[in-house]
Amino acid sequence: MTAWITTLLDGLAYGMVLFIISVGLTITMGLMRIVNLAHGAFAMIGGYVAAVSIDHGLSWALAALLGSAAAGIAGGIAEIFLYRPLYRKGELAQMLLTFGLVFVVTGLLTLAFGVDFQRIPLPPSLSGEVSLGFRSYPLYRLFLIAVGALLAAGLWLGIDRSLYGARLRAAVDNPAMARGIGMNVDRLFTATFVFGCALAGFGGVVGSELLLIEPAYALKHLVTFLVVVVVGGHASFKGSFAAALLIGSVETFGKFYLPSLAPYVSFLLVLVLLLWRPHGVLPAKSLS
Amino acid sequence: MIARLTPWLLALGFYFAFAEQLALGTNVLVMILLTLSLDLCLGRAGILTLGQSAFFGMGAYVAGIVALRVTEDPLIGLAVATLASAALGALTGALILHTEGAALLMLTLALSALLEEFANHATAWTGGADGLQGMKLAPLLGTFRFDLFKHTAYLYSLAVLLVWFLVTQIVIVSPFGRSIDGIRQSPARMRAIGTPVWWRRLCVYTLSAAMAGSAGALSAQTTRFVGLTTLSVLVSGTAVVMLVLGGTRRRYGAFLGAAVYVLVQDYAAQINPFHWMLIVGILLMLTVLFLEGGLASLPEALLRVRRRESKR
Repeated sequence: MTAWITTLLDGLAYGMVLFIISVGLTITMGLMRIVNLAHGAFAMIGGYVAAVSIDHGLSWALAALLGSAAAGIAGGIAEIFLYRPLYRKGELAQMLLTFGLVFVVTGLLTLAFGVDFQRIPLPPSLSGEVSLGFRSYPLYRLFLIAVGALLAAGLWLGIDRSLYGARLRAAVDNPAMARGIGMNVDRLFTATFVFGCALAGFGGVVGSELLLIEPAYALKHLVTFLVVVVVGGHASFKGSFAAALLIGSVETFGKFYLPSLAPYVSFLLVLVLLLWRPHGVLPAKSLS
Repeated sequence: MIARLTPWLLALGFYFAFAEQLALGTNVLVMILLTLSLDLCLGRAGILTLGQSAFFGMGAYVAGIVALRVTEDPLIGLAVATLASAALGALTGALILHTEGAALLMLTLALSALLEEFANHATAWTGGADGLQGMKLAPLLGTFRFDLFKHTAYLYSLAVLLVWFLVTQIVIVSPFGRSIDGIRQSPARMRAIGTPVWWRRLCVYTLSAAMAGSAGALSAQTTRFVGLTTLSVLVSGTAVVMLVLGGTRRRYGAFLGAAVYVLVQDYAAQINPFHWMLIVGILLMLTVLFLEGGLASLPEALLRVRRRESKR
């Protein structure tokens, strides 16, 4: 029984990391409807900036903040110069440009830092174990679960239920009309994209103990991030929350109880879920 | 007429002029065939896929296994590999082609990832992470031996490419090809005028899978090695990059894209293996942003610019 609970907690912690990183993608790819394969690249930028900051003696919290900010700024620049010309060009062009962006970021980071893993050591306040009554458990993983849950609640209130969220959905659905009633659509898009990429950077730093930071990061985990968003249903925070936790738990349980099948489990899950519901498990209702 | 044949004359010229570079040349030909297969599926039919590696890898492994266990005849190996890939294409296509857009993209990715995991674990058949080694091939048609300098391999690949090229040219101008064009532009309208959209898409998908399987078989036979990398997502990604670099839906777009890609990669990788990612990434982004028709449309694009200049 205790083993079950521990595995479940491990699965939840891993699922939360997937959620924290992928939720930015739910914003950029789901809400804004850009086929964005470069999301992992922004997460990776956040991780590298945080690693460098810690090397220079900054605290972990400050490094996480700087990492998120750097990823957000990089995202803003990319949105203005690269993504904006593509909004009307269709899925293929978007897929290719963002794929090219992944290659460029990977190449540049390798040139600057080499192919080694980057360490982002945890602060002492997060690295211990706490007693859960029946056994002790790493504090860091509980921290991940708490952060993920808070983020999910915040985003649901801040985007699904706010004027900002309504404006954004309106601007995506009909940019011309949104401009017509006086909304600054370009600024809204840039701000949203910055926010999504900053979340990616934050996830990259916070989750770096489970998904190690290296130049291949963006390509290696690309499929996992996309899967969370697509399985969850485009633009659905509840959906990607459920999908991330489901995939994280299934994969972790698979590793413990069916090690020979583990590599297939998550892909089979994706296959079954998407064949069953091509528009995601919990698709957002406001979008047709 | 001569202009239309130029790429083939160049390919023959390469054979005589760069006799010591034929291994690289053969690789270019294989990649052209893979890109051509993707042009049919993604370019013509608009099926958004990142799963072409599944068919390429299937063809490579089947050709390798046939050579090691059944017969050393290259043509039989090629035929079996092509049919196996076509069967895989028909099977998976039937399963996933009712979806569109991002979901379809994910399904193709998931399928190719599943196949890669399977090949990784079925070590008895695939050699796992070590790959398939020690293939031997009988002389082509009983007379042309596969030599170390790839003379036979190059011309063999060129001949297979020519056959598939002619097949695609015929398919494209056929009524079937026209309906595929229509399906890309508007599936709903094609359905409204009575075209069996799902069935036509499945047919193209299967044909494209067969071509990619042939490319995989050629890759296995000419390098005498099949590794897990033939099934990796990077192969699918590379194929898409080569296609867009050259230009989709152009007679020789796939040729130009694959040739430029392989040569740039070969040159850049000699300096530093990670340089090529940077260079290819920049090339890809520039193409998407500024040259929608790919390199094959460069002459027209330049002509258009000049005409605009002279009007001023």
